[in-house]
Amino acid sequence: MQEPWIEVCDSNDIEEEDVIRFDYGSVTLAVYRSDKNAFYATNGYCTHERVHLSDGLVMGNIIECPKHNGRFDYTTGQAKKTPACDALQTYPVKVTGGKVYVRIE
Amino acid sequence: MTIESIVIVGAGEAGARAAIELREGGFNGEITIVGRENMHPYERPPLSKTVLLMPQTPAPATILDEQKCGAYQINLITGKEAIKIERGQKRVVFEDGSSKGYDRLLLATGANPRRLMLEGSDTSGVMYLRTYADALVLRSRLSAGKRVVVIGGGFIGLEVAASARETGCEVTLLDLAPRILMRGVPAQIAGQMESRHREAGVQFKLGTGIEQIHAPAGREHAVTLSDGTILKCDVIVAGIGAIPETTLASASGLVVDNGIVVDDQLRTSDPHIYAAGDCCSFPHHLFGGQRMRLEAWRNAVDQAIVAARNLVGGTESYAAVPWFWSDQYDKTLQVVGLPDLGCVTVERSGLNGNQLYVHLDEEGTIVAASGIGDGSLGKEIRILEKLIERRAKPSSEQLSDPAIRLKSLL
Repeated sequence: MQEPWIEVCDSNDIEEEDVIRFDYGSVTLAVYRSDKNAFYATNGYCTHERVHLSDGLVMGNIIECPKHNGRFDYTTGQAKKTPACDALQTYPVKVTGGKVYVRIE
Repeated sequence: MTIESIVIVGAGEAGARAAIELREGGFNGEITIVGRENMHPYERPPLSKTVLLMPQTPAPATILDEQKCGAYQINLITGKEAIKIERGQKRVVFEDGSSKGYDRLLLATGANPRRLMLEGSDTSGVMYLRTYADALVLRSRLSAGKRVVVIGGGFIGLEVAASARETGCEVTLLDLAPRILMRGVPAQIAGQMESRHREAGVQFKLGTGIEQIHAPAGREHAVTLSDGTILKCDVIVAGIGAIPETTLASASGLVVDNGIVVDDQLRTSDPHIYAAGDCCSFPHHLFGGQRMRLEAWRNAVDQAIVAARNLVGGTESYAAVPWFWSDQYDKTLQVVGLPDLGCVTVERSGLNGNQLYVHLDEEGTIVAASGIGDGSLGKEIRILEKLIERRAKPSSEQLSDPAIRLKSLL
């Protein structure tokens, strides 16, 4: 059976080209709104060191870790700049009725 | 002439990152890194924090392990000291008499802790923190109830003080200067960090010199201050700055002046030799060509990348804005740019109660920004860094108004 959709926030709670932190149980996610008004979700921590990606800067499709400037494409999870080497896990996101939902698999 | 062999002297952050960048940039020739320490290259920032704090001894945060050296075909030689560069023959000579030829050479020799020059200070009882080995020794001496004297109110001293407090030690921090973080950190931020330390129970003795140190191995230590106070303690750690490691460069006739002198492309006075990281003094275009030498993680990484590209024929100019951070307790402090060049400081309330200061020069150009707060500070400082890069001149009103998003000023 598929995991249920979990409500994250109102879509307006995330500014365009920005990211917020979302804690659910023991899981921490980073939930993004792109400059093209699309929503995405990845692991909340950088794969290089345990640093919150929600504290990083979003530029286009890139999230930059605030500590060592490792970069990831948050739409695919792919690592784009060292010291980040390992990809981020991504999660399905949907927006309905002005609310953002994520599925944690 | 084709470049077939690159030798990197120094296996720290800069040396290792340069090797990785060379390979990732498509260089197919031979890459050799020679390091003094008997270890694979590792990250140093955790040494004053997690390495001292974790309940179990943490392994070093390795940058280039055996597997990666293999995959990248990087020839890593550890525990070996280079003593001379025979520039005419383009080869590096090592302590054991062996040598290695190069087409291009990168010096990433780093820096060494400045040593105290006081009566009684020349003993293993006075500790310094630079290497993983240093951190393990210090770690073994920190435990609940130990009395620790930290000499120096810079980043290393403060981070060690915070870690020692968190381990349950009694900590006294000394500095000759009237306040902590005199170098490159605005007084407002230093004041807030000092308060955080006092709240955690650190005692301060500022504006006080040291007369004498007594640190016999395995016995009680004592630090005698210039005002006559005697501080009895179990551990003494000094963090009083770093001196660039330029012995090899000097011995080989390269120009050295507070670091190995390089141009904006990180080339030394010998066109076949480059330098990167803590060891080099470089001109910064963004700040009128002013020469500087930075001891910071990101500078080491970014310079290594530029040097790697230029070693194989690139002509990139290094122009990254200086940036550093320090984590102490639950607070992070960050400075980007050169606050000393500012003449007007604008205060800004940031996210989550973060306090930001933006430093403007006479013409209103942003030359630096600094802040103290939680992890979210990074996001705001990064935007300010971009504003510095662009030599932006937003008004003080825009900068201080929390309703105006910093990003909108880009």
